Amino acid sequence: MTNAAELKTDQLFINMGPQHPSTHGVLRIGLTIEGEVIVKAVPDIGYLHRGTEKLAEVRNYHHCVVLTDRWDYVSAMPNNLVFCLSAEKLMGLKVPPRADALRVISCELNRIASHLLFFGTYGIDTGAFTPFLYAFREREMVLDLFEMLCGARLTYNYIRLGGVMVDASPEWRTRLAEFVEYFKPRLDEYDTLLSFNPIFMARTQGVGRLSAEEAVNWGLSGPNLRASGVDYDVRKHDPYCGYENYEFEVPLGAEGSCWDRYFCRVREMRQSVRIIEQALAKLPEGPTMATGVAKIPKPAAGEAYAHVEASRGELGIYLVSDGGISPFRMHVRAPSFVNLAMLEKTLVGMKVADVIAVLGSIDIVLGEVDR
Amino acid sequence: MGMILEKLPGLTKGLPGGELVLTTADYLIDLGRRQSMWPMTFGLACCAIEMMASYASRLDFDRMGVIPRASPRQADVMIVAGTVCKKMADPILEIYHQMPEPRFVISMGSCANCGGPYYDSYSVVKGVDRIVPVDVYIAGCPPRPEALQYAVIKLQEKIKRMSLAKEGLATPQMEKGSRPFGA
Repeated sequence: MTNAAELKTDQLFINMGPQHPSTHGVLRIGLTIEGEVIVKAVPDIGYLHRGTEKLAEVRNYHHCVVLTDRWDYVSAMPNNLVFCLSAEKLMGLKVPPRADALRVISCELNRIASHLLFFGTYGIDTGAFTPFLYAFREREMVLDLFEMLCGARLTYNYIRLGGVMVDASPEWRTRLAEFVEYFKPRLDEYDTLLSFNPIFMARTQGVGRLSAEEAVNWGLSGPNLRASGVDYDVRKHDPYCGYENYEFEVPLGAEGSCWDRYFCRVREMRQSVRIIEQALAKLPEGPTMATGVAKIPKPAAGEAYAHVEASRGELGIYLVSDGGISPFRMHVRAPSFVNLAMLEKTLVGMKVADVIAVLGSIDIVLGEVDR
Repeated sequence: MGMILEKLPGLTKGLPGGELVLTTADYLIDLGRRQSMWPMTFGLACCAIEMMASYASRLDFDRMGVIPRASPRQADVMIVAGTVCKKMADPILEIYHQMPEPRFVISMGSCANCGGPYYDSYSVVKGVDRIVPVDVYIAGCPPRPEALQYAVIKLQEKIKRMSLAKEGLATPQMEKGSRPFGA
């Protein structure tokens, strides 16, 4: 008789990525495994490092908005927004209320699009292909709305310094209201399709657990943090664009497992719908662009920080101006980058098959991780 | 099918057994190649989301025989969807060599074409054609899913013109210096 504990296998190093269908981009994870159990996991990033922060130092402020689109390309509106908020602080611009409301609508709509993509791809990651088709059906409708609003499907450049690019037409508002009505029952459909599917729940519940304390210590933000039960949402705690005027709840999870992280996002879509409805109902009249926005802005020397609740967490930008036409320094606090670090902690001690479940559940976008 | 039936009725009637389908090897091989092009799921950046959209419900790439494969060893086409960074350049080359011949490359989006918005970045390769030979370029940042489907149609037209007699077993890529089959 051999004692199972005495059976030691050799440690084996396996390479996951950079080309792997489930890494959602070009992420490489160096996994050291002992049998089926992971002993060490080291995420290797930088395969999509495009040097955006450096490029911002040679572009003018209007051009920088274009660069921001391509960090978190799944939800680009909050990226536009955070740069504009920070630059507006530098320049002392006052954004008209209608532009603020349109910013809120577009950001929340983008949150829906982003979470739909997560919903679809997480289904694929855990072995269910069908949710992907359902999610993309609705996602295409959102993208149609964006296309009608600003002409682009992914990289919008809609939120500009001092306001938004164009006003939303009455037809667009009607289409949006129609979409909201269509979308609400779909959310119940998702719950029956995937959220409470026994196979899916067995695959994700209790897997990759992270306690509230650990989540805070690892600097998580967004749905990943809230899934552990920490009530922190920038929209509530430091409101911007008039978020204090909208009624919505912040969905919280219980134990910080993969399923909690997933279900937080699904419930967030419901809240986004609520915010869009309220914003549509009381859309103020007036201009959508502040007066006195320079063609080539030269803000006085100084620094500014702005943060928003992007789809993946707290997205912040620190801008330093030396009085020139381009930022002297732009630093991005990217939620995906910070969230990714938790892999190192969570994956240890898990089985190989759970790696994808955990990696999918933190919903990273590599464009934002590497910038 | 390029049936000799229609073109040479006199010949086929004279053959025993009644009807016969004759065709050229070129036609048959090219037909097989172009009607089931399996791309590798290889998303690099933003364009990958549009690539996913073209596989999804509305645009349904499957109807064109395009089914994504996760392994380069099962793929015919590499869709380079996104910015090629210097750190990613070596893996791309390696993946390209893992694909079986004949292999094709679609460069999707401005970044893969020429660097796009990152034309002056220190870490971006200014076009994937500096690493691997490209068959079809798609403009746009990112291109629409329809544009990707159009690119596949264009690639099908290109494959239709391929000929064994002119090129032997080689594809245009091999002539440009990629590693030959089996090496």
